[in-house]
Amino acid sequence: MKKRYLAGAAIAAAAALALAGCAGTAGGGSSSSTKTLTLAEAQKATSADDFGGMDGLVAAANAEGHLNVITLPPSWANYGQIIQGFEKKYPKIKINSANPDGSSADEVAAAKAQKGQSTAPDVFDIGTAVMNQNLDLFAPYKVQSWNDIPADYKDADGLWYYDYTGLMSVGYDTKKFPNGVKKIDDLLGSDFKNSVAIKGDPTQANEAASAVYMAALQSGGSADDIQPGIDFFQKLKQSGNFLSTLPTQATVASGETPVVIQWSFNNVAWGPAAGSAGNPNWKTVVLPGAGLGSYYNQTINADAPNPAAARLWEEYIYTPAVQNLYLAAGAYPAQLAAMEKAKTVDAATLSKVGAAPKDFVQLTADQATKAASLLSAKWAAAVG
Amino acid sequence: MTALASNHGAGATPRRRGARPPRRPGTGWIGLIPFSVYAILFLGIPAVLAIASGFFTSAGAFTISNFSAFGDPVILKDLVGSLGLSAASAILGAVIGALVCYAMLGMNPDGWLRTIVDSASSVLAQFGGVMLAFAFIATVGNQGLIIVIAKQLFGDSALSSPIYTVPGLTLVYLYFEIPLMVLTFMPALEALKPAWGEAVATLGGSRWTYWRQVGFPILAPAFFGCMILLFANAFSSFATAAALISQGGIWPLDIQRALTSETVVGHENEAGVIALGMIVVMVVLMSAYGVLQRRAARWGS
Amino acid sequence: MTAVDASLTPLQAGPAAEPFVAARAGRSPRYGAKPSMPTSVVILIIIGALFLLPIAAMVIFSFRSNQGGYTVGHYIDVFNPALEYTYDGLFVGIQNSLALCVITVAIILVLLLPVMILVELRYPKLRRVLEFVCLLPITVPTVVLVVGFIPVYSVLSQLLGSDAWTLGFAIGVIALPYAYRPIAVNLAGVDVVTLTEAARSLGAGWLPVLWRIVIPNLRRGILAACFITIAVVLGEYTIASFLGRTTFQTALVLIQHTDPYVAVIFSLLALILAFVLLLIIGRLGSIRPRSKD
Repeated sequence: MKKRYLAGAAIAAAAALALAGCAGTAGGGSSSSTKTLTLAEAQKATSADDFGGMDGLVAAANAEGHLNVITLPPSWANYGQIIQGFEKKYPKIKINSANPDGSSADEVAAAKAQKGQSTAPDVFDIGTAVMNQNLDLFAPYKVQSWNDIPADYKDADGLWYYDYTGLMSVGYDTKKFPNGVKKIDDLLGSDFKNSVAIKGDPTQANEAASAVYMAALQSGGSADDIQPGIDFFQKLKQSGNFLSTLPTQATVASGETPVVIQWSFNNVAWGPAAGSAGNPNWKTVVLPGAGLGSYYNQTINADAPNPAAARLWEEYIYTPAVQNLYLAAGAYPAQLAAMEKAKTVDAATLSKVGAAPKDFVQLTADQATKAASLLSAKWAAAVG
Repeated sequence: MTALASNHGAGATPRRRGARPPRRPGTGWIGLIPFSVYAILFLGIPAVLAIASGFFTSAGAFTISNFSAFGDPVILKDLVGSLGLSAASAILGAVIGALVCYAMLGMNPDGWLRTIVDSASSVLAQFGGVMLAFAFIATVGNQGLIIVIAKQLFGDSALSSPIYTVPGLTLVYLYFEIPLMVLTFMPALEALKPAWGEAVATLGGSRWTYWRQVGFPILAPAFFGCMILLFANAFSSFATAAALISQGGIWPLDIQRALTSETVVGHENEAGVIALGMIVVMVVLMSAYGVLQRRAARWGS
Repeated sequence: MTAVDASLTPLQAGPAAEPFVAARAGRSPRYGAKPSMPTSVVILIIIGALFLLPIAAMVIFSFRSNQGGYTVGHYIDVFNPALEYTYDGLFVGIQNSLALCVITVAIILVLLLPVMILVELRYPKLRRVLEFVCLLPITVPTVVLVVGFIPVYSVLSQLLGSDAWTLGFAIGVIALPYAYRPIAVNLAGVDVVTLTEAARSLGAGWLPVLWRIVIPNLRRGILAACFITIAVVLGEYTIASFLGRTTFQTALVLIQHTDPYVAVIFSLLALILAFVLLLIIGRLGSIRPRSKD
């Protein structure tokens, strides 16, 4: 793992050097303010300046006319509106949204599978564990508002940068559970028979694993010791409360999965916020005590078929308007602190969602690896 | 590939009757080429590549360490789950599907009803994934139509749905297994010549005699052949299972986990090994069936 | 049974041909395989009703209001402008899927069918090999097979581009097991070897034999194979999703993420659309050229 990281860094450094060379010659050769780059040049552009500024980037992206995004379900962290907003702002660019049900591993697999084809993904919204294994797939790029992203939220060379995090939350149907959920052990009560679902198999899905980590933090464990979380789910299974089906917006609406432990932005999206499509009695609570979050990362495919549009997408993501859209879904955006300072944050939304958590636990790469190996050894037996 | 060879082959199956004049060796093998090229390009190469991945580490070095997957108790338990689920859904699906085919025999083969059943079977045989899962959740889930009615009938509020377990999946799988059986088995039933029935009747045999002496023996190979297809179909299907039993329990889900895990990363190559295991299971099954068929042919003649 | 069959029956040597009667079976007293009408009706109604239950549950859900009670509001929501931007994807997907149906059916008819007949007539020893080849795609789960498609498609996309229709080659492979079985089952029931030899001995050439005798006798199996192939194409998700092409299913899955009720409505529509499409093809397929005899 470490070795890969270094190799990735070395490649990134090499790429950065190559880029510096490229940018030098390109800069010398062109006199106009906007530049027309070849595909290969655009794939190596590290900032909008390489296109001669934002206007040049927009022109280049318009010329490409397409943007391929992957695993962005419209109900996830407000991506439906974010994608629509991009198409409205840049009407000459059509977004193709692939594999909304896919995992981070699927994103990487698709990039490898479609390398060199016009359908390959241009940008990724990717989990940290999978990303760290595939750093050589990404191209470094720094958005205009680069300095608004905290230093420990990004790779120094711009290979990746945090976009948003949710907090692990418990969503439940208030009609069925009027007493609510105040602590995690409440879920072990007999009222909750056949009720509690998580988003898949923790040895496979990060969101499900995070539910276990959250349960660990709530039951006296820590990021270094997630065993109490596994024990909690074992008790949940033994009490007959654990429901081993995959919760969806439909199962929440039909009442089949009256309690779902998942990212806050997903619980929010399935509740009253969805209007007639949501469950009006769906309440999202982040349990008091240590919370659990996990930032996703934005990265650009080094072989992006639409490199300019990919870079324009990142510029778009890191504008206050889009960061506010994340926030509206209950996902805390990476530039929130800077936006609060600059007063560009949507105050009404912020007060509704609740202030940014000052201290939540995010597993480091090493902790996540350790936790994952414990899960693969113990999980199946615990809930089997 | 001479006429002699083809005569030998013909002799091995029960439905070849009488000697045929020897044929001169021809250029017929040329006709095999287009399909073979297609099968090699789009089936052979991808299958070999996929399986071969099991023999390499993620860094690309040759290894057999991925086979340690078969020592994992979870994988072994899931094999049992897979075999049980596939066998149960194949046997039930084949029997019920054959029953539907039998009922359809009484209908006009070119009538509307027949077209409707054909079309519906085709659509349902490929209906799967999250939406099929939800259809069953809405029907026999804990809040589904049937369980809610049953709770009221029996006054037992602790009643819980069976579909979230591996054996319970059988019920859901039947929803695509039965239509698949109807589609694939119907041509066999229709090929039964009315004349054979007339012959039995003329000789004074009952319908039971007909089924015992003519119907079953002729249909048996097709029936079991279709059953193997159903078994394979259930054995490899995963989208519906993934939506209904989120915590795994069958091999296709293990493969999917190895390939797409976000938490336990770096086990992609185990997928190739498990896939190889699946092919081995199918080869064993099909060979056993082949042996059985040849035995039966010998007894029959 | 069919006009063609009836005229050929005397050619089928064997003990069964002896008491050949021209009358249609339905009107004479029952014998042979046919069930009685009440038996048929009872079986079909019971199993049909069981199959309608999950569909009915989906329909009921699509009318449920989240405030309690029932509403047609979700059907109106289908025209909600917020969903609009996913629609062009849907139409592109339907278009692509229909093109894929044609290509995949063509692969089955042009590549698989001739080889199956050839093996049956000339190389019966290869039958088991062919059966294994055709069953193989189902034993390697699509999620694994798709990994093997990567290098094939990276070459293919340079030759033919990366348009959605190129997926037809891959989906054709997935359809093989389903298409093979009904044709094989039909072949097993019709003694094509005897049929063709009889026709050949009467002086008919190979092509007329194939076209006038073999294919008409396999009509049922071929039709069933085409049906299921179309259903496979319309239901295929994994390959299209992995290779990033827009098809009916990928567009549908995208829509399913916006609203659970709309998702169920679209799933029902998808089922109906596929069903109607096959119904039309099926009706066209059962219009029999009566002039043949």
